[in-house]
Amino acid sequence: MARAVPALDGGYRAQDLVARDIDAYLAAHQHQSLLRFITCGSVDDGKSTLIGRLLYDSKLIFTDQLAALEADSRRFGTQGQEIDFALLVDGLAAEREQGITIDVAYRFFATDQRKFIVADTPGHEQYTRNMVTGASTADLAVILIDARKGVLTQTRRHSYLAHLLGIRKLVLAVNKMDLVSYDQATFDAIVADYRAFAISIGITDFTALPISAFKGDNVTALSPHTPWYGGPTLIGHLETVEIDQAAGRAGPFRMPVQWVNRPNLDFRGFSGLIAGGAIKPADPVRILPSGKISQVARIVTLDGDLDVAVAGQSVTLTLTDEIDCSRGDVISVANARPQIADQFEATIVWMADEPMLPGRPYWMKLGTQLVSATVQAPKYQVNVNTLEHLAAKTLELNAIGVANLSTDRPIVFEPYQDSRDLGGFILIDKVSNATVAAGMIRFSLRRGQNLHWQPVDVGREQQAQLKNQKPAVLWLTGLSGAGKSTIANLVSKKLHRMNRHTFLLDGDNVRHGLNRDLGFTDADRVENIRRVGEVARLMTDAGLIVITAFISPFAAERRMVREMMAPGEFIEVHVDIPLAEAEARDVKGLYKKARAGQLANFTGIDSPYEAPAAPEIHIDTTKMTAEEAADLIVEALLGRA
Amino acid sequence: MAKSPHLVFMPDRLLEYSRLSRPDRSRAAKQVAPLTHLQRLEAESIHIMREVVAETQRPVMLYSVGKDSAVMLHLARKAFFPSVPPFPLLHVDTTWKFKAMYELRDKMAKDSGMQLIVHQNPDAKARGINPFDHGSLHTDLWKTEGLKQALDQYGFDAAFGGARRDEEKSRAKERIFSFRSANHRWDPKNQRPELWRLYNTKKAPAESIRVFPLSNWTELDVWQYIHLEKIPIVPLYFAAERPTVVRDGLILMVDDERFRLKDGETPVPRSIRFRTLGCYPLTGAVESQAASVPQVIQEMLLTTTSERQGRAIDHDQTASMEKKKQEGYF
Repeated sequence: MARAVPALDGGYRAQDLVARDIDAYLAAHQHQSLLRFITCGSVDDGKSTLIGRLLYDSKLIFTDQLAALEADSRRFGTQGQEIDFALLVDGLAAEREQGITIDVAYRFFATDQRKFIVADTPGHEQYTRNMVTGASTADLAVILIDARKGVLTQTRRHSYLAHLLGIRKLVLAVNKMDLVSYDQATFDAIVADYRAFAISIGITDFTALPISAFKGDNVTALSPHTPWYGGPTLIGHLETVEIDQAAGRAGPFRMPVQWVNRPNLDFRGFSGLIAGGAIKPADPVRILPSGKISQVARIVTLDGDLDVAVAGQSVTLTLTDEIDCSRGDVISVANARPQIADQFEATIVWMADEPMLPGRPYWMKLGTQLVSATVQAPKYQVNVNTLEHLAAKTLELNAIGVANLSTDRPIVFEPYQDSRDLGGFILIDKVSNATVAAGMIRFSLRRGQNLHWQPVDVGREQQAQLKNQKPAVLWLTGLSGAGKSTIANLVSKKLHRMNRHTFLLDGDNVRHGLNRDLGFTDADRVENIRRVGEVARLMTDAGLIVITAFISPFAAERRMVREMMAPGEFIEVHVDIPLAEAEARDVKGLYKKARAGQLANFTGIDSPYEAPAAPEIHIDTTKMTAEEAADLIVEALLGRA
Repeated sequence: MAKSPHLVFMPDRLLEYSRLSRPDRSRAAKQVAPLTHLQRLEAESIHIMREVVAETQRPVMLYSVGKDSAVMLHLARKAFFPSVPPFPLLHVDTTWKFKAMYELRDKMAKDSGMQLIVHQNPDAKARGINPFDHGSLHTDLWKTEGLKQALDQYGFDAAFGGARRDEEKSRAKERIFSFRSANHRWDPKNQRPELWRLYNTKKAPAESIRVFPLSNWTELDVWQYIHLEKIPIVPLYFAAERPTVVRDGLILMVDDERFRLKDGETPVPRSIRFRTLGCYPLTGAVESQAASVPQVIQEMLLTTTSERQGRAIDHDQTASMEKKKQEGYF
């Protein structure tokens, strides 16, 4: 098998040098830098052809792969007898049919100047999610345009997303110049068009090149067909463009603490990847959120202590003082600290099939901090094609919106535009554990900083003591018609007779007053339960035993209420009834209506019920009467430690 | 060009930078050379390992004794220095590895101070499964089943593996954190997006995570790093005269007396080396004179066939990697 010979030039690698003096080659290569970039465009723009060519010209294609490529080109190729580079990276079609998630594929190549990691995102319906993922780690974006078509809707979308994710290095690759006879006027018109759009969304700088990925013009070698073009080749530009790292390094020092390193009692180090700035021994630092001050003693690595460490390095720091510092804390330069807040405005990209539920608590991971966070209804959603702001009640898969969110405790952060590491976050569903959204903090909300908790003198303990009881929430959950209200009433009566102070919160009654503005959509059900949870909490603060009777179909919200209460005070009671049985009883005639389509979002019919996995009390309504159930609950309540 | 025995964490200019006064620093920082690609890859891998240790209950490092494992172990020692990496090494042994691999394995475990767990599938042992008689069943039982057994037996909820995305098409799409169901199946339809440096490690109690800290390394990166860091690797990666036979186009090394010679077959000494290491009767060698890391890199850069060509497992069922992974192969 003959070796692969690149089409137009000698490839990127100094093959001569490799053969002649490998030591010199290695010495030169160990100082190479790394550029991570993303290519944006659909298959029609020649994106796969471009990536395929970059791999091919860098000789990363071996003869066995090339043989397969040549065979595939003859069988499936769209370029006649010529090699179809797109087939190198487009093994994706078949996989897509199998339903495999292909949000981003990463490709690797190198030239004599630099190493490259390309994030390749397939351009179909899932595009927003995929591109946001790929762009989150990219230093630069290559936006491909078909010279015959000019600036399209998708060009605007790609540029907006790249800019949103903080990519400040943009390359506009006007591709398929061979199909417009390498016409300068066509190229100039597209660039002018694009410039007008770019300025409108705040892109101040981009580099435009006329190329043909298929023919190789201006990709690795300057083309004889575009004598009017005076700029670099695409590869030439990628090899020399400045990498944003230097900017991060010039900023103030920040390091989120990942892990506390304690091999023995004499050593206590804080390990992390430096998110910004530089640090050296004796520098004063501040630990956040505590605000305590110390000094760096050593920068410890296996290769010996360092005199200085900079953004992008993974290190272990020791401090001169024995102060509290653990995972989730941020070590910062002492005099320029990041912000601390628990309420933010953020841009959110929704990535899950299940839409966002305003008010539902999600896990939020930012840096090494993991907190519980709720998102409010979006202020607006962005139409990624027109960039218009639209009104929205929720965010669905691939939607981008701006919303306020609040966390259950203050976190250390910086606006995303100042720091990707301290401003970018993900949201995680607490039940499915899926990553459901990516977010970028815009700024903190002042009201979060100015609202302080008002201490009261007569607290919950005093209230409970006076009543001679331990407060609790008996949370009855189950399908409509299971008998929750009946049982709750009986429990309330029995406890009352025993001189216990109780209060019964009933689903239907609450909806007549406190929650009468709410309907039965998933989002409204979440808010309904959140309010009931808050009311129940106030009542336990007053020392009461609260009994609630709500369908409360979602595990996540029951868990949210559980987390609002003091440990041990939330007692989940599953009033369990088979759906068929509940439907047969149909005391209120609701199942009949729901089946007839007169009632939407009815639990069990067209809205799910997530049964508790491990309730404190399980009532099998097919095996006991309401009276027996009430006795069981009272017994369990009074018998608890 | 001065010799550079170690991957120096700081370019020279950074040293000067540390002596500057504060106002000059931000100006100077912009002029300092960016981190090299190996420094960035190293920092990323270390960050990944620390996340796993901080957020999972019982991590383990899969140690196959190959060059990627060697790099991964080296990075683990860096990540947790001066502590010993806070997890054991697990070698899923098939009893058919090269002798030189067992020697290096035991030496590295001793040097690192880490606990070494060697697991051999008792079922495969009892049934006498071997590469000569059982073909792909050999890999299936010793490696895939053996791995699942070991993970279950010790209750590991996260396992580091040395796979790289550049190895093979189906790897290019796999996440750094790859989730497995309670029965170790990979669900490629349900992968989590990985943004920035944020890894979601939340999982249901019986699920486990395979973590690939070398995802973004290429074969050349691995070799270059081994060279710069002087990482010990199995001598079989370097060319030497070894007893060989040629079968089905593969050059096989006769590593011990268990190798079944066919009628008329006699081992012939050839100068060979290995580009990947596995069970010796299944691993093809290449004829080579490359006896040092630079020479190996030189040969690799000038060579024309991809790395996995030497592995019989891939030939057995083409495009089968995806399938194997779904079944629990690492």
